[in-house]
Amino acid sequence: MVAQMSNIQQRNQGRKDKLIVATAPLCGCFGCHMSLLDIDERIFELVELVEFDRTPVTDIKTIGKCDIGLIEGGVANAHNVHDLREFRANCDTLVAVGSCAVTGGIPAMRNQFDLKECLEEAYIHGIGVENPHVPNDVEIPLLLDKVHPIHEVVRVDYFLPGCPPSADTFWQFLTDVAAGNEVSFPYSLIHYD
Amino acid sequence: MQDLDSFLHGLLAESGDTPDRLLQHLIAVQKQYSHIPYDAIQVLSERLGIPPVQIYSVIEYYAFLHRNPRGKYDIRFSDNITDRMLGNRLLMQGMCKKLAVEPGIPRDDGKVTIEMTSCTGLCDQGPALLVNGIAVSKLTEMRIHKMVGLIEAGVPVGKWPGKFFIVEDNIQRRDMLLNKRLIKGSALESLLVKGADAILNDLDESGLRGRGGAGFKAGTKWRLCRDAAADEHYVVCNADEGEPGTFKDRVLLNSYADSVFEGMTLCGGIVGARKGFLYLRGEYLYLLKTLENTLQERRDANLLGNNILGQEGFDFDIEIHLGAGAYVCGEESALIESLEGKRGIPRKRPPFPVTSGYMQKPTVVNNVETLLAAARIAVYGGDWFRSAGTPESTGTKLFSISGDCERPGVYEYPFGVTIRQVLEDCGALDTQAVQLSGAAGFTIPPQEFYRQIAFEDVPSGGSLMVFNRQRDLLKMVLNFTRFFCHESCGFCTPCRIGGRLMNDLVEKVMVGYATSYDIHELKKIGRVLQKSAHCGLGTTAPNAVLDTLQKFPGTYSRRLVNKSYEPAFNLDKALEVSRQLTGRDDEEAHLRLGN
Repeated sequence: MVAQMSNIQQRNQGRKDKLIVATAPLCGCFGCHMSLLDIDERIFELVELVEFDRTPVTDIKTIGKCDIGLIEGGVANAHNVHDLREFRANCDTLVAVGSCAVTGGIPAMRNQFDLKECLEEAYIHGIGVENPHVPNDVEIPLLLDKVHPIHEVVRVDYFLPGCPPSADTFWQFLTDVAAGNEVSFPYSLIHYD
Repeated sequence: MQDLDSFLHGLLAESGDTPDRLLQHLIAVQKQYSHIPYDAIQVLSERLGIPPVQIYSVIEYYAFLHRNPRGKYDIRFSDNITDRMLGNRLLMQGMCKKLAVEPGIPRDDGKVTIEMTSCTGLCDQGPALLVNGIAVSKLTEMRIHKMVGLIEAGVPVGKWPGKFFIVEDNIQRRDMLLNKRLIKGSALESLLVKGADAILNDLDESGLRGRGGAGFKAGTKWRLCRDAAADEHYVVCNADEGEPGTFKDRVLLNSYADSVFEGMTLCGGIVGARKGFLYLRGEYLYLLKTLENTLQERRDANLLGNNILGQEGFDFDIEIHLGAGAYVCGEESALIESLEGKRGIPRKRPPFPVTSGYMQKPTVVNNVETLLAAARIAVYGGDWFRSAGTPESTGTKLFSISGDCERPGVYEYPFGVTIRQVLEDCGALDTQAVQLSGAAGFTIPPQEFYRQIAFEDVPSGGSLMVFNRQRDLLKMVLNFTRFFCHESCGFCTPCRIGGRLMNDLVEKVMVGYATSYDIHELKKIGRVLQKSAHCGLGTTAPNAVLDTLQKFPGTYSRRLVNKSYEPAFNLDKALEVSRQLTGRDDEEAHLRLGN
């Protein structure tokens, strides 16, 4: 581990600044973010390589200019669109992380139904619903009629597949980019069954 | 209506209960009951020894088979780009309205279903449709109006006016093949006199190459099949003429079927086959009866059956198999799968059909036109044939010409004819582009009209669609990408997913949401398909997109949005349902355009 660390530090020499990374969860389960945290103690190495901007990990709420934006989850509501556009505008490289961002994933299963059917099932006809009405507080973002993978809403540069992508996949991706290498995954990291 | 059990019993008794009969039985059941009833699946499963799921998968695969009842009048409008150019969509909408029926959904009283289908091969006399499988040509509002009346009055299709069903040959130019009539049986007599080797030498000499498009030497194919050791050999005539814009085989089967059967029998005699199949696309059902009659005439004349022309041991007969609306079955290995009663998924090649084809036995699969030419070569010799054409593309070729020209129809030309010549002859004026070889072929701009149609220059399976300058070429491209989405067999990912992605991107260009990034994506996905799809359908599916991107870039660029990226749909509209349900209209309830 020590040898590995010094390797990365070596590779990182000559970089004036650290890589600035932001992350955002859109319509997903937060599992991809949890998987990122599964790099465990390597997070100490990671913060040597990168600086986190807006991300739930730092709880920074606004985004500045970033090198990399990691997006978990698909686009299901107006708020997701705002966040995603903000990331696209501020990140040089935007990455779709995990099945929901790449394909829409589990939330996109609602695309089989009309939005009206979904909302009525949840808020009007569902078992045990009291005071049935579709919530209309302005604080609650409106749902889009369908859930979209993020590349249907903005341009996307990279796709990290997996549900979630493993901690090692994140690690490989971020260390490769930080080192200025072309990202390349061994088969074991993008092989699922 | 006959009770299902006795119908199936009769069917199985008459045409056999081996698993390879499955597709033909399903087609018969579909015809009788306008769907495949659950009980029929159980009976067929038991009697043919095929699990029900496998039968479901076959039904799902073929566009003309259904698990749920269709209307008593089952109507499919041909949806090739040439039909569209003649206004098929308006006609269909009008018919749907008059009959109060939604496309694809049977009317409540079960009387009628209306939907679109891929090209039915009547491009020279479209717009066309199929009613209960039988082709109706030259649709007009008047004709639709009359049909609506007949349907509402419950007049059986067999009693509709005969002129609805007239399909003309429309032969506009004849050359050596169509001019030279063949005396019934003369090719077989030639075989008996000269011997198989001499005929094979004639074929080699003639340089005859397969007319389906791939252009494999016919003589070599027959020789390879003959030399493959096996207890059975087969001959298959590929009449699954599904390439959009192609209809020359329709004409050959209508007016020259005897020559085609002669060619098949000749091939059977040479390769040692005792059985041949004509695989007739379901859309040409209306030809079936005359084809069966022609076969019977040949049997009566001792040109089919046992000891043909009195030659001991020369046994050969031909059976007609129907397709059921699957374009990919025109690929020879998919066609063989379909002949065996299965879904038409192309096989891995090699082994090629010449060594391992129908029932894993050596099989010659040839195009209708190839077999017709082979029969003539057996009589008139190889030199006669190669007197026309170019060194690598000998003889003549039939072309199906449709689209914006004064005289659409079938034209026979020697190979090497220039595109310009063809356009002049068919009366095409102010031509913007020519789509050669169908949806899977090449888009040719005017600056390339000097090119020759031949394997040395632009090869062609025989279709030529003409587009004048008033046409929007992107509509053609979109028609083709939709076609390929629909016809993909779904076996390999590049074609199943890639074809869909390309279609969605072309749609995005069409509605004016695409950016230069999407064009980049289109090219990238197109290259993936070309490189990695399992069969010819997938590798040629992106051709029209890539060709037009390269040769008609303006078709795309004038529609692009000057942005780095734009979604394919209107985001603000996507919130409309939510706005209605919540009654909100505040600023947060809207999304402005992206940047």
